[in-house]
Amino acid sequence: MVGKGAMSNSIEEIAGADMLLVIGSNTTEAHPVISLRMKKAVRRGANLVVIDPRKIELTRWAKRHVQLRIGTDIPILNAMAHVIIKENLYDVEYVAHRTEGFEALSKHLEMYTPEFVEGISGVPAEQIVATAREYAAASPKASICYTLGITEHSCGTHNVQAVANLALLCGNFGRENAGVNPLRGQNNVQGVSDMGALPTDLPGYQKLEKPEVREKFEKAWGTPLPKRRGITKITAMDQMIKGEVKAVFIMGENTVVSDPCSGHSRRALDAAEFVVVQDIFMNDTARLADVVLPAAAFAEVEGTFANSERRVQRVRKAVDPPGEARADWRILLDLFDYMGVPQDLDSASEVWDEVAALAPILSGISYDRLDQEGGLQWPCPTPDHPGTVFLHQDEMDSGLPGQFAPVDHIPPVEEPDDDYPLFLTTGRRRSTYHTGTQTGRAIGFEELVPHELAELNPVDALALGIEDGEVVRVSSRRGSLEVHAKVTDRSPKGAIFMAFAHPETAPTNVLTIDAYDFITETPEFKACAVKVEKLSRSESTGTAAAD
Amino acid sequence: MDRFQTMTSIATEAPIDVNGVIVPNRPGGRVLAVLRDAGASVPTLCFDDRLEPQGTCRMCLVEVEVNGRKETVASCTAFSEPGMSVQTHTDEIVEYRKTLLEMLLSEIEDPSKIGQTEALGDYEFQAAVREYDAQPDAFNPLDRRKKVADPNPFIKRDYDLCIACFRCTNICNDWEQASAITVTGRGQDSTIFSKFNNLLMESPCTFCGQCVNTCPTGALTNRKLADAVMPTPMAWNGDLAEEMLQSVPGPSGDFVPLGPGTAVDRTSTICPYCGVGCGINLITQAGDLIGSEPDFSAPSQGSLCVKGQFGSWDFINSDERLTTPLIKNAQGAFEPASWDSALTLITDKLKHYKDVDGPDSMVFWSSARTTSESNYLAQKFARVALGTNNIDNCSRT
Repeated sequence: MVGKGAMSNSIEEIAGADMLLVIGSNTTEAHPVISLRMKKAVRRGANLVVIDPRKIELTRWAKRHVQLRIGTDIPILNAMAHVIIKENLYDVEYVAHRTEGFEALSKHLEMYTPEFVEGISGVPAEQIVATAREYAAASPKASICYTLGITEHSCGTHNVQAVANLALLCGNFGRENAGVNPLRGQNNVQGVSDMGALPTDLPGYQKLEKPEVREKFEKAWGTPLPKRRGITKITAMDQMIKGEVKAVFIMGENTVVSDPCSGHSRRALDAAEFVVVQDIFMNDTARLADVVLPAAAFAEVEGTFANSERRVQRVRKAVDPPGEARADWRILLDLFDYMGVPQDLDSASEVWDEVAALAPILSGISYDRLDQEGGLQWPCPTPDHPGTVFLHQDEMDSGLPGQFAPVDHIPPVEEPDDDYPLFLTTGRRRSTYHTGTQTGRAIGFEELVPHELAELNPVDALALGIEDGEVVRVSSRRGSLEVHAKVTDRSPKGAIFMAFAHPETAPTNVLTIDAYDFITETPEFKACAVKVEKLSRSESTGTAAAD
Repeated sequence: MDRFQTMTSIATEAPIDVNGVIVPNRPGGRVLAVLRDAGASVPTLCFDDRLEPQGTCRMCLVEVEVNGRKETVASCTAFSEPGMSVQTHTDEIVEYRKTLLEMLLSEIEDPSKIGQTEALGDYEFQAAVREYDAQPDAFNPLDRRKKVADPNPFIKRDYDLCIACFRCTNICNDWEQASAITVTGRGQDSTIFSKFNNLLMESPCTFCGQCVNTCPTGALTNRKLADAVMPTPMAWNGDLAEEMLQSVPGPSGDFVPLGPGTAVDRTSTICPYCGVGCGINLITQAGDLIGSEPDFSAPSQGSLCVKGQFGSWDFINSDERLTTPLIKNAQGAFEPASWDSALTLITDKLKHYKDVDGPDSMVFWSSARTTSESNYLAQKFARVALGTNNIDNCSRT
């Protein structure tokens, strides 16, 4: 590991890479504009290898599609590292000067021969060898891009470590057009973490367990701060069911639709004594609330979003919010007042100035600079700092040598069996976004993806006697729903794919499993076991049910 | 210093004279880039910064002189040379541009259509026609390009306004690499065709909108936006108009199109969907949000996907927005409440849990969808006002 959760390099740098290893990222659909930079790189002559269980659209631009079995990313990445070490293709000097733990890694990887991994992953050994050689040859201008196909597994953190091992071996951290690049999924998913909306971190990734950090914030905020680290969302839901967490304030998240195993999150919110939801629509989560506060939407507020490449960009108000709706920041300042701890702040810009004063990585960024120069990439410590295009240039962002982390294959918590013989993997489609509260209201979008689709391989469809477009029942151990089948070889044999943007008719997350990465507690959305059944006309009830 | 060396260095670094304005050469660059450095403006109807220059529209022709040699070149394709002298507006070239524009106008059945979306600003072609005072009736009308019946919800295609610059097909094939549209036919008969039966919905089109954004005439428009600024959408389009009108959903909410008379405002902001953070301009007309377009000055260079291009504002205008605080009554139904009563109820409850069950009996879930400033205040509220580090966000899920 080398630093914070963010793209090490910039979006534009992708176009200049000599090799792109895209793993667990359906880029043309989930990040269409980043995929343009990938296509541009390929046109320039870059080698694109896509590692994905699904035959995603991006494979059309790829030299090779490494079609691994779902949940076998670590064996593939380990086998690539194995080949690179065994054939002495790694960057000896970089490994010596900028990393730690090479010996242990090298020993650990001995068993991960391409032949051994072929048995686990279904990927021919020669494909693994070729990809490893190409990655090493293109380094240090080789960029790895990944998305939730890597992190939304119970072994998500280990997946990321296996990716980082590969990049460290070949000296791809701290180099232009290289790096490890998690493509972030939501407009401000970077910013929410940058701001310290995390149980362990204060703004700017300053660790609250460090006394000197706490002291600094206590002084700035004029109050003692709780020492004990907080609990994650996932833990909190368990504690609601146990009665330990009594009150929950949810700002802008449709958690019962977007979280796995919807039955579980619904039970948790039912169990909580007091639920407040602050949102722009009455969504399924808001319906469970005791109080709902109307928030202003992005077009109605001043502020900033931080994008996937750590770029802080200005969000500006174009119209007034409807009725009595208020900006989130304004509501929070009101709440501070009512709690008896008024804040001496009266605009988004003043809030930003407080952030910049406290978070060194953002200290050089001001609204004035953003207005004049456009977005700025952190770290940007001083007003004359131009921002950072790529991280880890002279040393790792952590200030420590890059740490190799030997990791082993951990299969998904639930694998197909006789009762539930297919994998379900979930993700996005280009024209629908998340739970559909916004794209579902965009006029014309209903013509692009009129309803949820379960993408099913033709071989499986034939075996089940299912035709393209037919309504089928998909069930898991947790729930069941009816959905239109889409027969396509985009899905590999033995796996179906669904998005989750039509919750009113096909709430995909009644099916998904409440299994989590044991470090970050990220849910395993990418793998659970389901069965698909043909419906006779009389059987169709048009219903979905969560256990 | 050696005299000869000095001379050489002057020769290689000799600046360029553009209409009397002296600017440095850009080694390996095109003449057009130098013109822009000098603040000179020429129409560039077939040129898009993101694509290789084509040199086909001939509007950017300029007279260059280098080493006593005079030439007329297309500034988008010709390379600049040290010591070059450029004239952009000689009488001859101005007359030539005017003639070209008049020939293009002769291909358009109803030139008055060119200004139909004027509230949104000039198209490049429209601006050039005005600048060069090109007359629509200078030439006998030519055969018109065919109109396309393509009732998709997003992109309006009226090839009567097409001047065959091929920016749309180039951006689609070279930049997006979507391969949805192509040129069919030759010369005067050339027209734009989408695979496979000329319906974008049935083609590989992803509705990224780049063809709309690069079109210099308004032959391709954002249907949702164009309809909002035109009081009688496609009235000029005869029977086709009716067919299209039936397929076009009405504007959302109680929004009433204001028509071409009212200018629009643009607000530069960021697309609210994924983490790429593409720049968009939100377009408002008399306080109503009517659409969006790419912000070409952002790092995203004008790229958008269907969500940012066509789906970033309808939900804002939705009738279903929450407009007042709501408190659930004893029967489980929501009742509208004042801010004061909602905030009082919430904070009374939170104070109670803080005192009775302890701060860690409360959790705050912040949002990857709202601004950083709001997220900063959310974590500060949890830590300072509630006294707990139980603050998390949806980045895990």
